[in-house]
Amino acid sequence: MSSQIVSVVLAGVGGQGILLASEIIAQAAMNAGFDVKTNEVHGMAQRGGSVIGQIRYGKEVYSPIIARGTAQVLCALEQAEALRYADYLAAGALAVVNAQQITPVTVSMGAAKYPDNVEQKLRDQYGRLIYFDASKKAVELGNIRTANVVLLGALSTGLDLPLEAWHKAIGSCVKSQYVELNLKAFEEGRKMV
Amino acid sequence: MSHLLSGNQAIARGAYEAGVTVATGYPGTPSTEILENTVQYKSDIYCEWSPNEKVAFEVAAAASCAGARTIVTMKHVGLNVAADPLMTLSYLGVEGGMVIVVADDPGMHSSQNEQDTRNYAKFAKIPVLEPADSQEALDFVKLGIELSEQFKTPVILRTTTRVSHSRSIVKFSERQTNPRTIGLEKNPARFVPVPLWAREMRKTVEKRLHDLQAAAAQSKANRIEWRDKSLGIITHSVVYQYVREVWPEASVLKLGFAYPYPDELFRQFAAGVKNLLIVEELDDFLEEHIKALGIACKGHDVIPNIGELSITTLEACRAKMEGRTIAAVPEPKYAKDLPARPPVLCPGCPHRGIFYALGKHDVIVTGDIGCYSLGTFKPLNRLDIILCMGGGISMAQGLDKAGEKRKVVGMVGDSTFFHSGITGLLDIAYNKGSSTLIVVDNRTTAMTGHQDNPGTGRTLMGQPTVEASIEEIARACGIKRVFTVNPYQTKATQEVLSRELDAPEPSLIVSRAACPLWEGKRVGGIRTIIEDKCKACRACLKLGCPAIDGAGKKPVINKHLCYGCGLCQQACPFDAIVNLSEEKK
Repeated sequence: MSSQIVSVVLAGVGGQGILLASEIIAQAAMNAGFDVKTNEVHGMAQRGGSVIGQIRYGKEVYSPIIARGTAQVLCALEQAEALRYADYLAAGALAVVNAQQITPVTVSMGAAKYPDNVEQKLRDQYGRLIYFDASKKAVELGNIRTANVVLLGALSTGLDLPLEAWHKAIGSCVKSQYVELNLKAFEEGRKMV
Repeated sequence: MSHLLSGNQAIARGAYEAGVTVATGYPGTPSTEILENTVQYKSDIYCEWSPNEKVAFEVAAAASCAGARTIVTMKHVGLNVAADPLMTLSYLGVEGGMVIVVADDPGMHSSQNEQDTRNYAKFAKIPVLEPADSQEALDFVKLGIELSEQFKTPVILRTTTRVSHSRSIVKFSERQTNPRTIGLEKNPARFVPVPLWAREMRKTVEKRLHDLQAAAAQSKANRIEWRDKSLGIITHSVVYQYVREVWPEASVLKLGFAYPYPDELFRQFAAGVKNLLIVEELDDFLEEHIKALGIACKGHDVIPNIGELSITTLEACRAKMEGRTIAAVPEPKYAKDLPARPPVLCPGCPHRGIFYALGKHDVIVTGDIGCYSLGTFKPLNRLDIILCMGGGISMAQGLDKAGEKRKVVGMVGDSTFFHSGITGLLDIAYNKGSSTLIVVDNRTTAMTGHQDNPGTGRTLMGQPTVEASIEEIARACGIKRVFTVNPYQTKATQEVLSRELDAPEPSLIVSRAACPLWEGKRVGGIRTIIEDKCKACRACLKLGCPAIDGAGKKPVINKHLCYGCGLCQQACPFDAIVNLSEEKK
């Protein structure tokens, strides 16, 4: 892995907490001694739209943007969004997907249809899939907003960053009163694998 | 110690380290976080959100003329607003360093056009610096201040979305101090560009440009990386990073200080390589000049000049140049059947109320830049034309005077009103217009992430301040019919709107309710749809609220997304929507 660049794609709907998730992954990679670059979406596209975050780490990283067909890991906070960005991933990539449906307004007003059999499509698209309801887990933990960190827990099993690097990253990226909760969310996510 | 910072955070740090004491700006994606991060140094740096970019520019310019080190921040279209002071500040020059940070948006992620700010540097005859990552973003602010003081010129620091919003590792240094004593020198020949003195200044500008050209050729911001010499690539900004991955073996001239053009470097690099390729994002700012020097090269004949570049795009360009075909990355198998997920007004957004009311009338609506631009799309469909900041008001007058048969409604936001809506309003009052104007006042500059503005009663430094009144300004402009509505109350809003649309003279309606996202709390109790009462008429779905899921036979409200604004309850003709908290009582 030392000479290789690891690229991670985060996908979801604006407002789901992609920015924080991206920050935690990047910080964890930096804690593990890697060069890191990320890119996130701000502004108009954030307002409930489909968004992605990109993280790349390795010995020396040039581009913050991932080339199509090269990412090793996808983490999707909404299930249909996991299907939208499949072209970013290399063959054999790992997908960690939240079994959550957020219905777009285009579907609600009858202009489009939400895909059916999403799980089946995900299994067909991704050879390696971790698919579970992270939002439900987050609600059980007491705060639906930790769903992103639950997913990160599952995702962490597919990246070879040491556990301490993750814990330290959560400690530095999350407001102090929520660190404990998020560490718990992270552990729950790891158990889902 | 290393820090993982976005380009914008790094620019803020650079301003701190450079000894900047005045920082101004107007929010605009992708530039906004620069000032938001600069204000963490408020004990050392005075920071302000100005009403618009022109004002921000003038405040920083005067401070620099008096010897202070300054930055002013804006997005690319903001520099159009500040172009007037820019062009003449080039003549006056500065004493303390001044860096004009302008963030371009190739690919138009969050903008209405795709302009290349490098052209402004040439137009104003001042230097432009272009960082390729966060460390350079920090370093180039300091370099900009240094150049600015050495050559007494304002300097543009141009970023793009991918520089501003990408994070990479940065090292910090100590803050420098500005040795100058602050005070404007009484020297009209230096600071008053009446023709007599402006003609002299004009000559100074040309001499400065000449001196800067030599500095650019020597600058550490420009570097040649010799590798294989069969292909040499001249590139800039974040595009450098893509070039290093797509052509790892090629020699590269990386430009961080591209204007005034370092001709000597172009010649030296071109002479050292067999083939020359210019890879630049947007305009052929480098290519045109390099060709004019008589240097043969390829450029936009093989590299696209629309949208942003990427590794994927450049790999395709490389393959085409080499006559190879590369296997296209397969399209995502199921993506073509996926529903589009465009950005939408958030659940609980007060703008939805006014759009809903407007939906009952056959009117033309001239819109503006802000969250309410999203009212253009289905199912609201309530904006018909958008041009620029403030245009929502002035364009209403244009349609009105052209003889538009339908009633014209002009719409702007609160921040937009203060930015450049007031002059348009003056025009309508003064020149006897008849439009109905709506200011959607959500008490914040929401689209860019909730910044304060002259109407919020708070400064960027966190101090309470006067709260400009939109109503009083409108009356002072000469608008006699001024009304305020709460957009969450659909019936009352509709009454005022219907009445004012029939008024024979211009009127202004302030639609006022705070952005609940900014307030951080729900507007009211979470709503729910009683399934037995719901007749599946889908009237609530006409609101385009993301919290109402209409995928099934009958709509369902997602309680995690609902902000309790109650608009759906008022829209339901069968009383099937109830306030959950009231039900429980």
